[in-house]
Amino acid sequence: MLDTHPDLTSDVIFGLGWLYTILFLMNIGWTLRAYNLKLENKFLSGLAGSHIPSASVWAIYSGVLMMTALAHFTGSSSPESFVVRMPGFLKAGVDWFADPVRYFCLSIGLFVGVVMLRKQLVKPTVAWSLLNLSILFLGLSMTDYDFRLIVGKPDNVPIVGMLFILAFFTWLYFKRAVDNDQRIKDGRPLFEQEKNDKILVWPDLVYSELICMIALTAFLVLWGIALQAPLEEAANAAATPNPSKAPWYFLGLQEMLVYFDPWLAGVVLPSLILVGLAVIPYIDFNKRGNGYYSYEERKFAVLTFLFGFLPLWVAMIVLGTFLRGPNWNVFGIYEYWDVHKLEAANNKNLSDFFWLYWPTGEMLGGMPKYNPQGSAAEMVIAILVREWLGIVLVLGYFMVSPIIMALTVFRKFYVKMGFIRYMIMANLLLWMAALPIKMVLRWTVSLKYIVAIPEYFFNI
Amino acid sequence: MSIGEYIRESQVWKSIFRHPAPYDRRNRIVVMLTNFFLHLHPVSIKQQGIALSYTWCMGGITFFLFLVETITGVLLMFYYRPTLEWAFRDILSLRDVQTLGIMREIHRWGAHAMVITVWLHMYRVFLTGSYKPPREFNWVVGVILLVLTLLLSFTGYLLPWDQLAIWAITVGSNMAKATPFLGSEGPGYQLLNVGNYPLITPISDARFLLLGARNVGEETLNRFYILHCVAIPLVVATLIAIHFWRVRKDGGISQPL
Ligand code: HEM
Repeated sequence: MLDTHPDLTSDVIFGLGWLYTILFLMNIGWTLRAYNLKLENKFLSGLAGSHIPSASVWAIYSGVLMMTALAHFTGSSSPESFVVRMPGFLKAGVDWFADPVRYFCLSIGLFVGVVMLRKQLVKPTVAWSLLNLSILFLGLSMTDYDFRLIVGKPDNVPIVGMLFILAFFTWLYFKRAVDNDQRIKDGRPLFEQEKNDKILVWPDLVYSELICMIALTAFLVLWGIALQAPLEEAANAAATPNPSKAPWYFLGLQEMLVYFDPWLAGVVLPSLILVGLAVIPYIDFNKRGNGYYSYEERKFAVLTFLFGFLPLWVAMIVLGTFLRGPNWNVFGIYEYWDVHKLEAANNKNLSDFFWLYWPTGEMLGGMPKYNPQGSAAEMVIAILVREWLGIVLVLGYFMVSPIIMALTVFRKFYVKMGFIRYMIMANLLLWMAALPIKMVLRWTVSLKYIVAIPEYFFNI
Repeated sequence: MSIGEYIRESQVWKSIFRHPAPYDRRNRIVVMLTNFFLHLHPVSIKQQGIALSYTWCMGGITFFLFLVETITGVLLMFYYRPTLEWAFRDILSLRDVQTLGIMREIHRWGAHAMVITVWLHMYRVFLTGSYKPPREFNWVVGVILLVLTLLLSFTGYLLPWDQLAIWAITVGSNMAKATPFLGSEGPGYQLLNVGNYPLITPISDARFLLLGARNVGEETLNRFYILHCVAIPLVVATLIAIHFWRVRKDGGISQPL
């Protein structure tokens, strides 16, 4: 019987052979580096009680990679019996995260881990090992049909690339910042202050620019040859695809639609993101950390920005691109997109809780109603009564909590910033926190809206 | 006299470049001052200002990609008609028939790359604290450029007129319907009335303004085509000029004091 969804085909195995060849060559280079620097593998040396050079470990690893590559080139004729594939238990383990709650916790956990372990992560060996692991993960994952289907979509390929590039630059940032933080502690000059003579722009800069432009042109042409731009069937207003996705860079916003109505997720929050970005220079009163990489000198600013960018923006794009399938359900990266997968959605509004369920519900005897034919004023009053708790909570969130924060955690900030700047910052932070808060409320108590006024399309 | 020298000594060459070739220090300075394209740059610069590990070159790459998009975009315009009848077919023929068809690939991947590099540029500017005084305003210019880069990409997404295109734009532009006060399904739109006539209806709201119709259709294609090929690029080019000018006026690439 012919398998229509084969995990492995000859082409895939052959292609992966090239991937392992490249990884092999990269690690040969790394082995030579370790050899030239005469690095020692402390862990193994300790175990063996004698000097074990790092280069020998990397050489063995490179050898294994070479064998793997060869196995792919020679074994590509019989895909059914080929053994190098992602083991089932790992697939199950990874797919376990295909759930908004676990996924979000994972991304927050990674974020916190990176910040806390930054001093270890910036070590070259650690970084190199992580790079190897992620490439091996990608390579092994390619042996799965459903993974190839979603990652191989032409428009999704750049996103995979972006993740590697972003990881690299985040690593580079922490490397430079950790270095500079130490220099400041020791009273040495910053990295940026060493070797900082004036040089002529011609030739140094103009030639770098020329080389950069040529390299990039070559890169784009090769990319264009290797990967065809997507073109689906001609537009058809009658055939809605399932799922319908916005362009990838807006998928973070589309993800917010799960938790907020369009007026918030699609209009207010994006506008606030932009306003928030634009006012950063005017609310960050910290004079230090201008013109060099540092972390300790401006922890609050860096952490806020990284939190907004990595878990709340990039991770949401990844979720929207790779994990959201038909009916906007979440699917594992190795999981088949089943159109019939059902998710029970039984979300309740805060006013339901208040008027129908909590002890208050029994005492008050049901949701207040108004006569649809009655006057507008009557309706507005009835709505205000119905939603009073939510309205109070939302107003309190935006108006009272800044004051409480000013008296407690943000005391120093308030003194330095003055009232207006402080209020702007506090409100922007509260808006940013609104997304995680709403998420947690949805996951824990199935809360739909805090304030639900569908009569005026005003739901929060 | 070698051929090269002969050319550089000729009246034609001198009339174009206005100074001798940049072989010595003096002329290396002069060339930066007298050449229109090079005078974007200062004459001399601190080493860290051009260190790859400092700037990541991401602003420069973004600008380069903007130029690539402009050139490939103009070439694509020769082969593309923004009408319901032709849009999709013209793209098909770019793929299957036209020699210059690869321009579409370069244009599309260049656009994705530009979105990524503009994010990375912002990332680096933030992480080096380069938005701090005196560069606050240039950061704001940058934020506007960021929005416009995304809008360029968004408007271009519709032009192939395939399923991917119209549904992505439908999903995206549906948001406009929910704009507070100005969208026909937004909170508070009922408040905008003239007498008994509602001002905000599905044919007069923010979404209609964006699409030029009730749904993504021929008017939308025309609107997005003009925004994508003319309006937004002009604004972006102007803002990039201001952005670069401010980089120079604010004291060059940021440095530790
Ligand atoms: C089309 C988009 C953009 C282009 C072509 C562009 C281009 C550039 C270039 C070439 C530089 C010189 C230094 C470098 O390469 O890093 C620069 C600097 C700068 N850019 Fe941008 N940029 C863009 C968007 C942005 C964005 C989105 C932001 C921030 C939100 C931004 C803020 C800045 C600032 C503050 C500087 C000065 C940095 C310093 O002095 O170190 N730009 N830009």
